[in-house]
Amino acid sequence: MKIEEYKGIWVFAEQREGKLAEVSLEMLGGARKLAAKTGEEVSAVLLGDKVSGLVDDLGAYGADKVYLADSPALKLYTNEAYAPVVASLVQQHKPSVFLLGGTSLGMDLAPRVAAKVGTGLSAHAVDVDIDKDGCMVAHVPSFGGSVMASIACAKHRPQMSTIPAGFLQKPEKQSGRKPVVEKVAVQASKALRTKVVEVFHDEPKARPLNQADFVVAGGFGIGNKDNWKLVEDLASLLGASVGATRPACDEGWAKLEDQMIGQSGKTIRPKLYIGIGISGAMHHLIGIKDSKVIVSINSDDKAPINAASDYVAVGDFKQIVPALISEIKAGKQ
Amino acid sequence: MRPLNMIICVKPVPDSRYWDRLSLDPRTKTLRREGIPVIISPLDKNAIEEALRIKEARGGKVSVISMGPQNTTEVLAMAYALGVDEAVLLSDRAFAGADTLATAFALACGISKLGEFDLVLFGNESLDGSTGQVGPQVAEFLDMPSMTRVEKIDFADDDTVRVKSRMEGGYMVTEVKLPAALAVTKDINLPRLMPVFGALWATEKQTKVLSSVDCAVDKEKIGLAGSPTWVPDVANIEMKRKSEIIKGEPAQVARQLVEKLRVAGVLPEA
Repeated sequence: MKIEEYKGIWVFAEQREGKLAEVSLEMLGGARKLAAKTGEEVSAVLLGDKVSGLVDDLGAYGADKVYLADSPALKLYTNEAYAPVVASLVQQHKPSVFLLGGTSLGMDLAPRVAAKVGTGLSAHAVDVDIDKDGCMVAHVPSFGGSVMASIACAKHRPQMSTIPAGFLQKPEKQSGRKPVVEKVAVQASKALRTKVVEVFHDEPKARPLNQADFVVAGGFGIGNKDNWKLVEDLASLLGASVGATRPACDEGWAKLEDQMIGQSGKTIRPKLYIGIGISGAMHHLIGIKDSKVIVSINSDDKAPINAASDYVAVGDFKQIVPALISEIKAGKQ
Repeated sequence: MRPLNMIICVKPVPDSRYWDRLSLDPRTKTLRREGIPVIISPLDKNAIEEALRIKEARGGKVSVISMGPQNTTEVLAMAYALGVDEAVLLSDRAFAGADTLATAFALACGISKLGEFDLVLFGNESLDGSTGQVGPQVAEFLDMPSMTRVEKIDFADDDTVRVKSRMEGGYMVTEVKLPAALAVTKDINLPRLMPVFGALWATEKQTKVLSSVDCAVDKEKIGLAGSPTWVPDVANIEMKRKSEIIKGEPAQVARQLVEKLRVAGVLPEA
């Protein structure tokens, strides 16, 4: 592999049912950041059926070029249909970097593509950068986030990474910024072994946690479902979204899919985050670190979350939260 | 109904309850993990459970395969205790230092030594690395269809599974031809506790150990040599803020906190 032949920063433009995933725009932001250092072109790879309408948005959010594979065979995602198309594009055009959103689709597709082309792939990166040798370095929290590992791929290309939603910055939209479009012929593939029977939507579309201005979150220290109501009461008074740590989700007090904050859950950037009964495992803290103000309410004055907080209310949350509720109510009158 | 041969890829991981004992060696940039118990990665137990249930319904054979140092046999004894028929360990210095690609390549070689199979099962992600990459990559090397985030497996017919898999905002039902690789989540089942005879099975049955030579594997594609990714740096994470402590009577604490948040301008408009 002659690595000097590999040029360009690529982003996988994920779409489902013709709608572009927000995380792909974030990947374009990350790609532009890398391109500013390397001077390379940013390209998006878009697969689907009748999705050419998404090309303009990809340009407006930073793609210089879009590889468009538009075919009825790509209507519904399966790795069996998508991976060969993406891998052959990689082999043909030789990008240096390839970023994919860390979604269910991205994390299903990326490893198969990486294995097909024989290159390195990191997962759960929270940031990517270019080192002094011009290589990409992915920053990946490890062992529950207690440490941050830098992962590089020195001798293989493309350097691939999946990055969950919420970590890279979506660029400002520049309407009218048009990308060059390169249409990709999709060959009718051999008999596929994977066939999607049906797709179901089963979750309410409430205001997502990662867009909330105010978040009240609870952890294992809440203790039981009854106490959890205090978390919800404070949140409802503040018009806040309710978040949770993984243990609180595992206990069934909150919903894993919608409410878990952290490295493998949601990343939040509220004005105010209040964490109650949360010890502060690093993988949770990583999801809250961009909050403007962090408050911890905790009986343990040595809990790791305290050091990462602006204000720490030490004491029994079962007393402090009701006191806080009446104090805020009093201020509203 | 025909009986099925099933193989579960099992990863030995340091028990997360002891992760606070992990420390970073500042010189070698590696994690010190002495004295931390090693367990079967939790979702791999869901994969074992699913295979045992399929065997109970249809007949067949359940094997587990793992890669690691010799003492990984102690972890695999736990799989015997749960009731698997065969445990195989890939153990050789040449396998060491592998990233997900080199791990997947070695496992794929090991699996192909075990004879015909219908299903290869994985935990969707491991407790420690949690990349979720090894399953799809083993499938790629064995040229099998694969699904991730699987939370239900049914049989459409003897050669086709009907799989429910989770995605953002919903789920998908997909039919996959066997042989197939499926990576399961914790929602698929509740793993059984060790059965009464488990301890006996664990001592009676021996794990079969295969070296890189036994697997006839290309040494350039395994271990450190076969790993495109490497870790140039590991650092402790700093996320310190001012951490202003507010103590006292609950009502007082609440009053002070609200005052500070009001000054900071981060309370919602009344």
